[in-house]
Amino acid sequence: MSGDLLDARLVVDRGTFRLDVHLRIAAGEVLALLGPNGAGKTTALRALAGLEPLTDGHVTLGERELDRPGRRVWTPPERRPIGVVFQDYLLFPHLSALDNVAFGPRRHGVDKRNARAQAAEWLTRVGLADLGKRKPRQLSGGQAQRVALARALVNHPELLLLDEPLAALDARTRLDTRVELQRHLAEHPGATLLVTHDPLDALVLADRLVVIEHGAVVQEGDAAAVTARPRTDYVARLVGLNLYRGHASGDGVRVGDGLTLVVTDRVAGDAFVAFRPSAVAVHNQRPEGSPRNVWAATVGGIQSHGDNLRVLLNGPIEAAADVTPAAAAELGLVPGQQVWASLKAAETHAYPA
Amino acid sequence: MRSRQAPLALLLPALLGLLFLVLPLVGLLYRAPWTTLPERLTEPGILNALRLSLLTATLATAGCLVLGVPLAWLLARVTFPGRRVVRALVTVPLVLPPVVGGVALLLVFGRRGLIGEWLDSAFGITLPFTTAGVVLAEAFVAMPFLIISVEGALRGADARYEEAAATLGAGRWTTFTRVTLPLVAPGVAAGAVLCWARALGEFGATITFAGNFPGRTQTMPLAVYLALETDLEAAIVLSLLLLFVSVVVLASLRDKWISSP
Repeated sequence: MSGDLLDARLVVDRGTFRLDVHLRIAAGEVLALLGPNGAGKTTALRALAGLEPLTDGHVTLGERELDRPGRRVWTPPERRPIGVVFQDYLLFPHLSALDNVAFGPRRHGVDKRNARAQAAEWLTRVGLADLGKRKPRQLSGGQAQRVALARALVNHPELLLLDEPLAALDARTRLDTRVELQRHLAEHPGATLLVTHDPLDALVLADRLVVIEHGAVVQEGDAAAVTARPRTDYVARLVGLNLYRGHASGDGVRVGDGLTLVVTDRVAGDAFVAFRPSAVAVHNQRPEGSPRNVWAATVGGIQSHGDNLRVLLNGPIEAAADVTPAAAAELGLVPGQQVWASLKAAETHAYPA
Repeated sequence: MRSRQAPLALLLPALLGLLFLVLPLVGLLYRAPWTTLPERLTEPGILNALRLSLLTATLATAGCLVLGVPLAWLLARVTFPGRRVVRALVTVPLVLPPVVGGVALLLVFGRRGLIGEWLDSAFGITLPFTTAGVVLAEAFVAMPFLIISVEGALRGADARYEEAAATLGAGRWTTFTRVTLPLVAPGVAAGAVLCWARALGEFGATITFAGNFPGRTQTMPLAVYLALETDLEAAIVLSLLLLFVSVVVLASLRDKWISSP
């Protein structure tokens, strides 16, 4: 796409770990970078900000090439039009909230009075007009998060980077702050990269998702596409689906030890099959009748999951099944028990690998 | 909840240690010539020595701040080959007998010294046996206290604040003055106080490098030592005065700077 504000290929080689991702973000777009711990999310963010040197690749923002080690192009962090909200905010403890926000404009040549006026305006925008005089240690987590956001946005960055912006907050504050954050991100005219391991943050705040694992992109697309067609176990777990990779022929996909799942989608060759845990039924006797997929399984474990119980089934495939507590009691489910699992073909979703 | 009783095995040596530190001070107070104290304190020689001591210790501390804080920053924030060696070198004056330090200073800054000879011929500057020499000797002995304190504070301070400052448009110098220095201010203040106290009490390097000229290089510790040979009471008076001034200064600075926020 030519309309991208940010175009970056980030290669960071650190011996045992190698990050190699390509990120493109359009103006006004919010991209969520999602991945498990250690996947390289924060490294990618730091590389964009210029806090981590690139081994290879490039960072192009608008018309400007900020970083390209291959051509010895390098812009230090202080000269990149990039704002960062750090995970634990890193508000300067010796400055008031107002002076924390005014710090950026001051460094960009704005005189003290005007810098403070701009800072006050931004504090008002994030709803903290009265707290300008407070030191960071006198702010609650949610307030500190909003000061950090104001501090990052006051310089009108072309690219806004958010590192787990809600991770440090308790559940209640997170809910309110997420709504607030969504409003500010919608108003931000530049590109936004949101680093998170929380799928809810990604789904609510981002227009598009990029999932990375072990330093490489494993899946990208809008929320609907990623959640409907997970391509790795991590993404499947994130969205709560059972996922298998196998080989399709006819109307079946051979997924595991001699098990072929009958599906309704038409696929051929290497394919994924995904289905919800609630679509799996558990029986003590081999069921007769309509379900077209039946296999013998062993109960591996039982966890509570919302109002239901999630039963982990071992067998030709490892699968999660959701059953009601009443059904579990009736079946007398205990770990190690031999059961039958059934799954309607219509409940499966198959797509090419 | 009541705090538990301190074990005797710790309490006893702790009290003995305290006694050991306090007893000599009590001895000073006990033997002080209280009746003649006012007239003795106003003797011109005493006030001259006191003024010189305060002046040189303060100048030495200022010099140590100007050179020592950047050096501490270098040791704490920049990785360079031989950093461990440099760190060890910086602390050498701590273990070196001050007299040896004075001799070493003479060899370098003396009239026939490596740099002294050049200073003398090029600028007509001589350092040994001058007030500037006193400042130099005190700074040499006292600077490690400042560097160790500031470097410790820098290592303890979260360097990510400096990264945050960079993303907001601050270059390295601005980051240092606007973020790093305020963050480690308590450490710098503590280091400066230690440095000042050490400079105030400096004896060996000063007498070796700067000599013992009343009004010019004779600081309080030198005056005490000299008085001891002729007039014990004068030595006690001088000691008490030095003790009083340093306790007052340290106590007031301590409350102002070193208390936790």
